[in-house]
Parts: sequence; structure tokens; C-alpha cells
Amino acid sequence: MTGNRTRSKGWLAAVPLLAFIALIFGVPLLVLLGGTFTRDGSVSAANLTESLQGAYLTALLGSVKISTVVAVVGAVLGTFLAQAVVTSRFRALREAVLTASGVLANFGGVPLAFAWIATLGNSGVVTQALGLSDHGWNLYNFWGLTLVYLYFSIPLMVLTVVPALDGLKPQWREAAQNNGANTWQFWRWVGIPVLGPTLLGGFVLLFGGSFAAYATAKAMVGGSVPLVTLQIDAALSGNVLIGHENVALALSLDMIVIAGVVMAIYLPLQKRSARWLR
Amino acid sequence: MATVTPQVAPAATPPAAAKGRPRRPRVWRGAVLVVAALYFLVPLLASFVFTVDDPSEGFTLDAYGQIFSAEGFGRSLLLSLGLGVVTIALVLLLTLPAMIAVRLSAPRLRTVLEVVCTLPLVVPPITFVAGISTVLRWGPDYLASTPFYQTIIAVQNPDFPVVLVLAYVVLALPFVYRSLDAGLGAIDVRTLSEAARNLGASWPHVVFRVIIPNLRSGLASAGFLTLALVLGEFTIAQLLSFQTFPVWIYTISGSQAQVSVAVSVFSLLITWLLLLVLSSAGARQRSGS
Repeated sequence: MTGNRTRSKGWLAAVPLLAFIALIFGVPLLVLLGGTFTRDGSVSAANLTESLQGAYLTALLGSVKISTVVAVVGAVLGTFLAQAVVTSRFRALREAVLTASGVLANFGGVPLAFAWIATLGNSGVVTQALGLSDHGWNLYNFWGLTLVYLYFSIPLMVLTVVPALDGLKPQWREAAQNNGANTWQFWRWVGIPVLGPTLLGGFVLLFGGSFAAYATAKAMVGGSVPLVTLQIDAALSGNVLIGHENVALALSLDMIVIAGVVMAIYLPLQKRSARWLR
Repeated sequence: MATVTPQVAPAATPPAAAKGRPRRPRVWRGAVLVVAALYFLVPLLASFVFTVDDPSEGFTLDAYGQIFSAEGFGRSLLLSLGLGVVTIALVLLLTLPAMIAVRLSAPRLRTVLEVVCTLPLVVPPITFVAGISTVLRWGPDYLASTPFYQTIIAVQNPDFPVVLVLAYVVLALPFVYRSLDAGLGAIDVRTLSEAARNLGASWPHVVFRVIIPNLRSGLASAGFLTLALVLGEFTIAQLLSFQTFPVWIYTISGSQAQVSVAVSVFSLLITWLLLLVLSSAGARQRSGS
């Protein structure tokens, strides 16, 4: 009796939230889906086909490429940095690095782009001090953008992987040593398999972060690096053929599918690593 | 003796290895830390130097003074802060009752809630805004004769764009859900609320006087994360053409490079401060409990 009454109340309290999400999040996504398959008022796959051709395809591949490079490099460097911090005996160093990572992982968008332009841009402080322009240095290309994306990706990886490294029990290393394993064998057969899901999870997070990044690229490179977010911006701002406005929606759908597939890999993995690391 | 010796020998090896080991890791650890420190500190220092170094006058803090007198600074910062406060209020008002109720009486709904609140992470903001702007564009065509038309116009008021609040609530959901879920997991909601109910407290009383005070750190972290998100959000505001703080920084960069970098440094300091407050609040809660 009481159970029934409270259950009905529970439903009621969750209704506003679910209704809000359905309206504000669901409706735009449905419109996006509908718009993707509409051209000139009739059902058509033309937008989707166009979004997978020519400059749009280049931009989509460019986004996947930079996200993959940033995720791989960021995951490796972030893990090394985390390991250096975890094995350190100085507690203050660990606290400082973790706090700084928390701040820097959130340092994205326009301010990040300007900080790097002030550092390594054409009239940047370091560029001028070292005369890098004479050596053909240019921040506004693929590798420059990679360098900038790593600035928030590496701290994010550190935050992701430190708990997992903490969870590697010293007893496992001792057990491996007692059985005659060297360092390489320990990592090959114990460390990496246990950390694997966390490392892949970190890779996915980093990939998603760079893939969705728009503000930094917009403020820094404008259009000189082909990225799908910049193409969506151009198409939304009316920079398309008349009647082809819905290409922006088709590109958005492409992005959601890629991000969704990558995320779908992540969620089961997270559960698997949680089993070992508690 | 002969049986003991082989046992001693392997036992003696690990200490020897342990003695030899720290030296090598210390070298690579030092190298890793130095490189990382350079990579992360140089842009911050260089940005600062860029803003205070005038080619003709040398050291000057002019750029920082100019921030406050720059056209649109106060208006855009106030707009962003206002959006942040309203977003925090709305997102907590929506999530907190739902999450408490689901924990207490509808555990099967919890998975649904978790999935739904995590979904915005999968959808990049720019695709979300593509959907929103299409709705806003199509709305007038289809709804012109209904009251919804007025609503769609009203939410786009440039003085206080409610549409941004709505979008930011969606973006903040995953973070707010995680903070509150962790906070609710740390206290025994059921026992607390049943005890309070048995003593005759009404439901509003239970929520405001019993659960919320126990949930302070979770609420604080949800609030700070949301504020940091709103203060830094560029994609949605720029594509819907509203002059929030980050959009303003972007707009002035064309004419006043030094000022825009100075504002960037300034806004990093704000974020830094917010997150420090957040982490120290979390630490206090941990030592308190």
C-alpha cells in the first residue's frame, strides 16, 4: 500500500526531467534526422550522399584523423606522465599535477586558441624569441592544431588513468617478480591487460573531445585545416548552394554516428576495468 | 642448508633490483616531468608576456586596464553569469527531485535516467545547435498561427536568451547527474528520509532540511561544473548569434589582439579559481565525514 503510493510519487518527480529532455534534446535531434532526409520538401538521401563527397568527406576524414592522432599521442604521453606522478614519492607533486590537470582539462575553447597564438603564432612570444618563422614554423596547420588539442587532452588522460594506476596492486608486481618476471614481462602480461580497458576508455574520451572541438579551431585556424565542425558552421551560416542548407544536418548526423560508435565501444569497457580496479 | 640457500638467493635478488631500479625511473621520471612542465607552463607564461610587453614602451599592464573599458565587456560577462545562475537553478530543480525519487521508489527507472542523462555526451554541441537552429527556423513557418510562435520569439530575446539556458541545461546534465549521483550514493537517502518521515516531517521538509544539507558537496560540484561550462561555452552561443562572454572575446580578437589574450588569461584565472574552490570544498567534505 505504502509502496504503491511512494512509487507513483517517484514517477511524478521524474516526469518533468524526462519531459524536458524529450522536448529540448529530443525534438532538435528528430528535426535533425528529418531534415537530413528532406530536400526541396520531399524525402531524399541527397543530403547524406552530398555530405559524404568532396570537401565534406575531406573535412569528415580530417576530423577523424586529427582526433585519432590526438587520442593516440595524448593517451601515451598522458599515461607516462601519470606513471611518473604515481611512482613519485612526493605527495605534493602528485596533488599539484592532479589539480593542474583538473584545471587544464577544462581549458578549451577560444581562450586556449589565443594563449597558443600568443605563444607560437606568427607574432607569438616564443616564435619571435627563437626566430621560428625563419625556419618555416607555422601554427595554423594540422600539426599546430594537434599540439594545441593535446594541451587539454593530456591532462584529461592523466585524470582518467591515475586511479587505474593507483589500483595496480604492488602485490601483483611482487608476485610477478617472485615468479621471475622482468619489468617488460610484468607490463606485457599483468599491467597492460589490467589497464587496457582504462587506456582504451581514455582514448575514446580524448577522441570525442577533439572530434567535437569547434571553438579552438574556429578561433585559431579558421578554414585552413579541413574539419567537419567548421564545415557545419559554414553550411549553417548559409555558405552553401541554395536548396542545400540541409547538408549541415546531414554532416551533423554523420558526426553523431561516428561519436556514437566510438562511445559504444567505451561503455562496456568501463565496466570491465571496474571489475579489477576497486 | 643446501635447501635454504636457493631460497635466500632469490629473496636477495629483489632488494638488489629494488636498489638498482629507482635510479633509472628517476631519470625518465625527471625527464617526463620537465618536458610536461615546459609544455604546460610556457603557453601560460608566454600569454602573460604577450599581454604586458609593448614593443615601444616595454612592460605595461595597459591591456588589462583596457579589458574593463572595452566595449561590451560588462554586458557580455553579466549575460554569461546570469545565464550560468539560471542554468544552475533550472538543472538542479529538474534533476534533484527526479534523482531522489528514483532512488527511493523507482529503482528500475534509474538505469533509464542514467542513460538519458549521459546521452548529451554522445552528441557534439555543434550538431545539437544545428538541430536547435533548424527548429527555431522552421518553427515560425509551421506554428505561425499558434501561441508557440510567440514562445519561440520570446526565448530568443537577445537581452536574455532563454534558448541558451535550455541548451545549457542539456549540456550540463551528464556532469550534474554524476555529481549528484555520487553525492546521493555517499549518504543513506532511504534511512534518512524514512527516519524524518516517521518523525512527522513532510516531503518538502525532508528534501530541504534533511537531504539537501547532507548533499552540499555534490550540489556545490554540480553547480561549479555547470557555471564553468556556461562561462566557457562558445559553440551554441556563437552559432545562434548571442553575445556571451566567449563570443565577445572572439569578436574583439580581430581589432585588439592584446586585449583578447589578456581576457583569455583573465578567464583562465576565473576557471582556475572556480575549480580550486570546488576541489577544496570536496576535500573539506571528505575530511568532515
